[in-house]
Amino acid sequence: MAQVLFGGNGRKDDLVYEGVRVVDPTEGIDETLTVTVEEGVITKIEPASGGSGRVLAPAFVDPHVHLRTPGREDEEDIASGTKAAAAGGYCAILAMPNTEPAIDSAAVLGALVERAATEAEIPVGFLAAISKGQEGAELTEMVELAERGAAGFSDDGRPVASPGLLRRALQYHAVADRRIAVHCEETALSRGGQIHEGLVSAELGFAGYPSVAESVMVGRDLMLAAYENQPIHLLHLSARESVDELRSARSAGVKASGEVTPHHLCLTDEAVRSLDPNVKMNPPLRAEEDRQALVEALKDGTIEAIATDHAPHARHEKDVPFEEAPFGVTGLETAFAVLHTRLVEAGVLSLAALIDRMSAGPARIYGLERPRIAVGAPANLVVLDLEKAWRVEESAFRSRSPNSWLLGETLKGKVVETVANGKLAYSA
Amino acid sequence: MAEVTPLIRDELLPPRGPERRHLISITDLTREDVERLLALARTFSSSLEREVKKLPALKGRTVVNVFYESSTRTSSSFELAAKRLSADVMSIKAAGSAVDKGESLKDTALTIGAYDPDVVVLRHPHIGAPHLVARATKAHVVNAGDGTHQHPTQALLDLYTIDEELGGIEGLHVAIVGDVLHSRVARSDIQALVLMGARVTVVGPPPLIPRGIEEAMGCEVSYDIDAIKHADVVYVLRMQRERMLEGANYIPTLREYTARWGVTPERLRPGQKVMHPGPMNRGVEIDPVVADAADALIERQVRSGLVVRMAVLYDLLTHGPVEVKVAEIEEVA
Repeated sequence: MAQVLFGGNGRKDDLVYEGVRVVDPTEGIDETLTVTVEEGVITKIEPASGGSGRVLAPAFVDPHVHLRTPGREDEEDIASGTKAAAAGGYCAILAMPNTEPAIDSAAVLGALVERAATEAEIPVGFLAAISKGQEGAELTEMVELAERGAAGFSDDGRPVASPGLLRRALQYHAVADRRIAVHCEETALSRGGQIHEGLVSAELGFAGYPSVAESVMVGRDLMLAAYENQPIHLLHLSARESVDELRSARSAGVKASGEVTPHHLCLTDEAVRSLDPNVKMNPPLRAEEDRQALVEALKDGTIEAIATDHAPHARHEKDVPFEEAPFGVTGLETAFAVLHTRLVEAGVLSLAALIDRMSAGPARIYGLERPRIAVGAPANLVVLDLEKAWRVEESAFRSRSPNSWLLGETLKGKVVETVANGKLAYSA
Repeated sequence: MAEVTPLIRDELLPPRGPERRHLISITDLTREDVERLLALARTFSSSLEREVKKLPALKGRTVVNVFYESSTRTSSSFELAAKRLSADVMSIKAAGSAVDKGESLKDTALTIGAYDPDVVVLRHPHIGAPHLVARATKAHVVNAGDGTHQHPTQALLDLYTIDEELGGIEGLHVAIVGDVLHSRVARSDIQALVLMGARVTVVGPPPLIPRGIEEAMGCEVSYDIDAIKHADVVYVLRMQRERMLEGANYIPTLREYTARWGVTPERLRPGQKVMHPGPMNRGVEIDPVVADAADALIERQVRSGLVVRMAVLYDLLTHGPVEVKVAEIEEVA
């Protein structure tokens, strides 16, 4: 049974997309068609000739967003975050529970679900914490949280330090049946680290956050998942060794999945030389060989999902020396465009693969209904103009926070329209 | 982030050179820049032998020293250097300023920027602070040490000292000993020495040598203190206990460190020059006998600091080009 997400349920629109290039990799479609939506449901898919030059694809699903609600609504809230997501071509997002307070009880979760019903522009799912207060000590009431609609479980922002606690969470997964997603970081190795430990940190003098701080935890978490025979999802992978661990665990039959962010696919630690706080994130940007391993894993399907790890920060908190700045960058409104520019246009990744990893991949991991272009399916659609070049400007962001690593960059490919759960949620 | 709007109309500002230059990192400099600065420092050195030591070169210019970390040598020599060049000098220490009231670096920079200083000299505990001040003010920024990143004027004064004492830098072998990991001096000196054609070997315990430094910076690495015997100059670094995280176990004990890597008379060859950026931990990284020996250039380094900083201030405000990455920074901003 597919999970039901919350919000964005209001209107059901009637729409017609005439003579568009329809690309739905899972349905095996890549041809020029006319697609009709009536009352929010795809009712007709007909052959067409000519073409508008635009692409119609299943809308995207972002499995990793920080909505900063409750607690830091000055940085993002349900309305601004889901509007930003709609502008990025997303029909659904999953929000992380590292809020203030953390989403660790049915009461906090219930209040958010209620707010999302009225405030969200598109459907949103909330992950709940694995441990109370995300403190890594006591397990949350996972079964109750799942019944109240938790889309998954994570202590994201920090690792589950105790292998015993993660084991218990995996055991409860057998009952709660909502994916456990882990931020893999051995803090004894990363403590104080500001950027990837490598040639750039050696030269610039930064305390290093080594790759092995991630991969050692990836290895441990995969072993626990294998032992308990439960699925596990690895958040925002950054290191080549982590990818190797995931690949071999999957080939050994472990039910493991992984995600990667646009910034880890496009940048390396060389970008840190600018000392721009908007290239500071956790996990950090790593070396070129890591970036290439991530791209390779995305291509071969070892990594099934692209996640933005959209992490809004107030302007004054990022407008400080690099070393004082908090970790995290935004990504909802630029993910497709930057990946289209840097990977698809560069001939590294096919458009179909990019669409799959941004849409069906993440939906599959969390057991969400897959956005698809088929008669009878609810309309979750994105219209893309692949030729459109545009400049990333802070003034155009719907997100409340401007901490994008792409400010001032010109990208090729733009989201023109987004339909989420039958409703036209964004139109450029 | 938009460029900060000046608080006074442009026509009221003092005349400026066509380009705005900073000295934030040794990587901002070419070999020609360094040679020009050293030659300029030599000129100032002879002027300081005159009875009246003040030069009118920077009359009417304003230099603001902003120090967020304690400093004796660097802050006093920048202040004196600016005064010797007849600039107006203002020195601000974080303690006792609005920083104590929680003011951010950006707001402090905007406040200082309101006085239209020509140069801001900044020392700060965090990497990237000079870049922020360069974005937030219209002044030329001189980095007087930002965290574990860079201390370019220290490297220049070390080059000057070596050049004066040994009659050149190219082809020399310099061993840099100790806590390289936490040392902005080590990083700036390695880059400056390699730029000028010297061979550099860093020596110390493995946890205090940054991984990959050979490839990143073009130096050699040895964990054996005997490696210093081959060097013309032994540069001893301060053990920076204040920058070490508790429980990180970089060194088991100071006793163990001193026993293995302390620079003692027995570990040196006669005639080897010894340098230290100060302040020294006598009896830890350097034996007091070594520190006080005739071959120690430590006091010479302090003397060099004055003329080198005069040269840097003068050069920034007169000719160029000191190559700077500020174009990129402003694009980001």
